[in-house]
Amino acid sequence: MTNLDSLYQEVLLDHYRKPRNKGVLEGATAQADGRNPLCGDEVNVAVTMEGDRVAAVKFTGQGCSISQASASVMTQLVDGKSEAEIEALFERFHGLVTGTAPLAEGEAKQLGAMAAFAGVSKYPTRVKCATMSWHTLRKAMGHE
Amino acid sequence: MSETKVIARVAVPGVRKEQTDGAAPSSAPSPAAADAAASSALHALAPRADFPLLAANPDLHYLDSAATAQKPRVVLDAIRDYYETSYANPHRGAYRLSHAATERFHQARATVARFLGVADEATLIFTRGTTDAINLVAAAWGAANLEEGDEVVVTGMDHHANFVTWQRTAQEAGAHFRIAELTADVRIDLDHLASLLNDRTRAVAFPHISNAVGTINPVAEIVRMVREKAPRAVIVLDGAQSAPHLAVDFASLGVDFYAFSGHKMGGPMGSGGLIGRRALLEAMPPYQTGGDMIEFVHDDRTTWNVLPYKFEAGTPNSADAVGLAAACDYLSAIGMANVRAHEQSLVVAMSEALASIPGVTVFGPPATERSGVVSFALAGAHPHDLATILDEHAVCIRAGHHCCQPLMRRLGVSATARASIGAYTTLDDVRAIREAVAAAARVFGG
Ligand SMILES: Cc1ncc(COP(=O)(O)O)c(C=O)c1O
Repeated sequence: MTNLDSLYQEVLLDHYRKPRNKGVLEGATAQADGRNPLCGDEVNVAVTMEGDRVAAVKFTGQGCSISQASASVMTQLVDGKSEAEIEALFERFHGLVTGTAPLAEGEAKQLGAMAAFAGVSKYPTRVKCATMSWHTLRKAMGHE
Repeated sequence: MSETKVIARVAVPGVRKEQTDGAAPSSAPSPAAADAAASSALHALAPRADFPLLAANPDLHYLDSAATAQKPRVVLDAIRDYYETSYANPHRGAYRLSHAATERFHQARATVARFLGVADEATLIFTRGTTDAINLVAAAWGAANLEEGDEVVVTGMDHHANFVTWQRTAQEAGAHFRIAELTADVRIDLDHLASLLNDRTRAVAFPHISNAVGTINPVAEIVRMVREKAPRAVIVLDGAQSAPHLAVDFASLGVDFYAFSGHKMGGPMGSGGLIGRRALLEAMPPYQTGGDMIEFVHDDRTTWNVLPYKFEAGTPNSADAVGLAAACDYLSAIGMANVRAHEQSLVVAMSEALASIPGVTVFGPPATERSGVVSFALAGAHPHDLATILDEHAVCIRAGHHCCQPLMRRLGVSATARASIGAYTTLDDVRAIREAVAAAARVFGG
């Protein structure tokens, strides 16, 4: 695979074209906005927490394929998870897209759609696009 | 560079080489430049060999000259030569080396002034660039002149350097901030602008050329309108995109202030200037205070130095002024009419090449009426994704709001992709971007 093919994998493009959990979350208990002033990408992440678990999560926003697909994949990954589990997911995702913790042998299957973002590490200018929705979720949950 | 894949051959009108205005021989472009001027956009007007970065990267397609221009070797050489042969703090020492540094600095000002049609070179103030120059006018002129209830007018296509600076200056003075709206093809709506002008209008600030879409604004017509309907207004022209791409003659523009950036002209970063009418500059209070800008410092008050030093507080960036002068000499030797003709033929070719790809929209007026800017969108692909794919084809473009969020709102987009042209751009660059955008359309088309 070329770098470009590994960046724009079918999974990622599919989430970009048909975003999951996109829309306004009625009765959200927390929400936050994320923005990338450089390119105008923006995202709003809204969650309903039950105890320390995410009972529902949705996002709205607009931007490049990486930022919007990342938000879509993230909402699927964190739905039903506890805050500690989400922090662990974020850490894995962060390592993956920054290249500090590349995809290990056989790990792709376990990571699911998250693995499609491994190609971002070859494009330093796009890391922010990939992490924006995660930072925004963490902001909504009071972690940043 | 392959010439077989060229998609169109566009003749550049055979404009003759202009007088070099006494440019030092070392600042002249290599002889090929002058020949190329009369030939076609197939070749670079300014040979790649003159630009060390481009020469070292023969496959690179640098299409971001509206953001900043690559540097000709003569500019880098001039800066190095200044540091190596004539370097000391100008205006300070009573020794010969400092005098030599001062002389070079003064010569640089004279060269830049001549390049931009300024007869009274003391009315050219060196600044860090356009942003700094506009802030100088807004702060110094604004502080002395703007009052509550006054009106300040900008346009919907302004760069943040102009838009935000006047927005804040107006708000701090209690003045009204007015925005002249745009036509559908991204020109200033002159009827709307006229309706905003009156006796309370104190400043009208607008770009000579829009950096985001390339619209060349009708300065003479706007000046006539402002003088007639708003006699108390000063006119501030943002020349960041005109100084590098058009023959600029401050004297005949008819504006009160003109701001420009050296780095967009092939000069060094951190160089640029403000040109103003002498009477206005003399009546304005200083911008910053410190060394060089004083005449006499009493315990209880200070008097100011003469122009231009009154507005150049602190040790000047003389080395970059010398570099900027070398850039002006380089452009003069090519001839600004040739630069414009070359860039115009390329912007037409590039606009046609991109518009022929299904899903591509090009923003702004017809290509013949734009400077060398092609701002475009590809359906289904975000500009940021486009820029990444183009980068993979060694095509450098800008994706984003181009420091023009008010304009993006008016276009109804969050960002555009922007390719922009310089004297070193060729039809081979046009071919490369067309192929790269077509490849992006294959990724995002489905
Ligand atoms: C039209 C316009 N105005 C102002 C600026 C600001 O110039 P600088 O960043 O060099 O101060 C730019 C460049 O980005 C520009 O294109």
